[in-house]
Amino acid sequence: MLDFPRWKQLWYWALTLLCVAAAVPSIVSWAGGNWPSSLPNPKINLGLDLAGGSHLLLEANADQVVSQRLEGKEEEVRAALKKAGNVHYGDISTKGGVLSFMVASAAEVDAAREVLVPLTNGAGLSGKRDWDIQVVDTTRFVLTPTKEGIADAIDKAMETATEVVRKRIDAMGTREPTIIRQGADRIVVQVPGLSDPAALKALLGQTAKLEFKLVDQNGLAGGVAAPGDEIVPFANGQGAIAVKRLGGIKGDRLTNATQSFSQHNEPVVSITFDNQGGEQFARLTSQNVGKPFAIILDGKVLSAPNINEPIMGGSAQISGSFTVESANQLAIALRSGALPVDLKVVEERTVGPDLGADSIHKGMIAMVVGTALVVLFMAVTYGRFGIYANMAVIINVLMILGIMAVFNTTLTLPGIAGFVLTIGAAVDANVLINERIREERRRGRKVVQSVELGYKEASRTIFDANITHIIAAVLMFEFGSGPIKGFAVVLMIGIATSVFTAVFLTRMWVAGWLRRARPSDLHI
Amino acid sequence: MRLLKLVPDNTNLHFLKWQWPTTIISVLLMLGSWTLMFTHGLNMGVDFVGGQMIRVTFTQSATAPIAQLRGEVEALGYGEPIIQTFGKPNEISIRLRLPEGSDKDAALADAMAKRITATVKQGHADARVDGVDSVSGKVSKELGWTAFKALGFASIAISIFIWYRFEWQFGVGALVSLVHDVSLVLGLFAVTQMEFDLTIVAAILTVIGYSLNDTIVVYDRIRENLKKYRKMPLEELLDLSVNETLARTVVTSGTMLITLIALLLLGPKVIFGFSAALILGIFVCTYSSIYAAAPMLIWLKVNPTSFVPGEGAKDEAP
Repeated sequence: MLDFPRWKQLWYWALTLLCVAAAVPSIVSWAGGNWPSSLPNPKINLGLDLAGGSHLLLEANADQVVSQRLEGKEEEVRAALKKAGNVHYGDISTKGGVLSFMVASAAEVDAAREVLVPLTNGAGLSGKRDWDIQVVDTTRFVLTPTKEGIADAIDKAMETATEVVRKRIDAMGTREPTIIRQGADRIVVQVPGLSDPAALKALLGQTAKLEFKLVDQNGLAGGVAAPGDEIVPFANGQGAIAVKRLGGIKGDRLTNATQSFSQHNEPVVSITFDNQGGEQFARLTSQNVGKPFAIILDGKVLSAPNINEPIMGGSAQISGSFTVESANQLAIALRSGALPVDLKVVEERTVGPDLGADSIHKGMIAMVVGTALVVLFMAVTYGRFGIYANMAVIINVLMILGIMAVFNTTLTLPGIAGFVLTIGAAVDANVLINERIREERRRGRKVVQSVELGYKEASRTIFDANITHIIAAVLMFEFGSGPIKGFAVVLMIGIATSVFTAVFLTRMWVAGWLRRARPSDLHI
Repeated sequence: MRLLKLVPDNTNLHFLKWQWPTTIISVLLMLGSWTLMFTHGLNMGVDFVGGQMIRVTFTQSATAPIAQLRGEVEALGYGEPIIQTFGKPNEISIRLRLPEGSDKDAALADAMAKRITATVKQGHADARVDGVDSVSGKVSKELGWTAFKALGFASIAISIFIWYRFEWQFGVGALVSLVHDVSLVLGLFAVTQMEFDLTIVAAILTVIGYSLNDTIVVYDRIRENLKKYRKMPLEELLDLSVNETLARTVVTSGTMLITLIALLLLGPKVIFGFSAALILGIFVCTYSSIYAAAPMLIWLKVNPTSFVPGEGAKDEAP
């Protein structure tokens, strides 16, 4: 008990100081100070429930990815078969989530298969197919998307979507947003300090798929689209028009979009095409002077102006009944590119800045008062040993904060709950040790022996109790969602630091004191 | 300076003399909690049932005009709002179900939040909107399920660990005591109808942690004494173990209570329900570690010979 090798002491102190030092920048910034940026700066992020801000959970429409992929595959297969030229196909359909078509005779099956195989191998080197080819009834081909293929497509769409979301939020100029993919088809967006997420949601709710299509003025006979047409409703809800399905221009040819004003001083969005887009646009407008063409955004017609003259410069204006704000929003959305899949807000939490600030302020006061009372209570209960325990608890809190800062974890309200339990466990460890020392003294053991036995016997209990906490924390972390995870993280870190401070550190201090003072009696 | 001793040395109370009445009380309390949960139900927050919650503080008034607000919000035609204070009488939450079709069109939920906040601000100049939470039905089901899964798995895994470290009777005892503690805390929420949200789940997690901690401390001492005094009747041995750990139990619960009461009285109101749940939890856990976890060992007939004496264990007379 008494001999505590110097290397061990150094090692304990080094570890303690390292963790405590890491907590300093965060504490300074909470207290309203400024931490010089020249120094290393590990920071604990405050969760939105404490700091105020907006949290949005967006969910992608996975079915849409699947159906778009199927349509794309249909185009691909048509083109490839046409190009091959030796297969006559017909009755092509995408019903029931599979692509199927017939070939003219059984003799053409092999030729068709030849064409299809390169189209159905997955991208990359996985060697996995992303479509299964079957031939039924001798002449009907059925292409079924494989699970892996679908998962892969959703994954790619989500990757792009996350990027687009990031670009859009950055363009809004908000500070320090967090944008993380979650699970297969979700994105979490957290924006600290944002108290009204309406604009953000409107921006993320736009897919921003822009299309220019020619209007077919005779296409709406009897409410049914003529062959090769589709009917698109107006964005303002007033009726619909028929447009030609093919031969339009897509918004992915844009290089820039800004909000500006038309000659009539109405807010519009000015767009610039890249070379190829500009040429397409020039061709479309010069071939169709005098005819209307529709500007379609996310499947709704913004406006259908007449083409007064060919537009050659690769730039154009989009009109529609915009306000300055909505024009600006559309410009941002167009600049950051279209979302490959629709996103929908499935969970939203906004905490006003006052509430957040209030929470931190009051939480701090409560923590300080609570800690002060506990410190007092421990000191009058166990004297010197109580003071050691107090030092351990305070170092423990700082160490947890320090480790959280190093790993850049977020502190949330449930995290504070974890703190409460951890501090409870740390105090409990010391109480167990001290009570055990008292007990051994009562049994008439000598001072050093009592302390030694006290630590030894109590350590077993402490070990058992803390292992259960660790098990609980690990499982909560594994299975729990946000808040439960937040609780579990603090608990995992806290249990480790509690045992270190309450058992190892106090033991070192007690041993040092026993060596120096050689007390004949213990005041405990 | 004399040190404070809340529990005098050599305290020897006959705790287990009361095991039958306390058992009956425990069972009644548990049944009561479950009955209340099924009849009144828990006042589930939007986290678990989906919907929209708007938090408002009336900065200039001492109490929120709840009845008036209810009329104003109901007039908007979104159904019947649940309006209750949380923490302080001038801070309220307004909860409503999400409008039909909002799964398809998120704008509907937004429009609802806008109209309600506008109405509240219009009628009350000092109303400050502190936040809006919207949770869709699908997400709320998931949140409920993951919370349940995390709690369930953690409880079972820990029981298995205790079984491995002690004996199966101890594992069962710890689990029973755990279920008892969690039931009573849930009962508190059924009685008071305080809002039950994810923060409260964090409180329940803490109660679970504390409950196990308390139970293990007592069990550890029982195990030690079983090795030491192989001839002692079980009931007497349990009494001895509880008495030996009593000082620790009182001091530790005391420190936890100090911290929590400070949080309850001084802390932010978002943490009020959490602190209340934990304060009850501390009492219940301490009680159950004596009156549920220990007697379970008698009923399950723990066998003293199941612990082979470890090194250094002596057969001392008490």
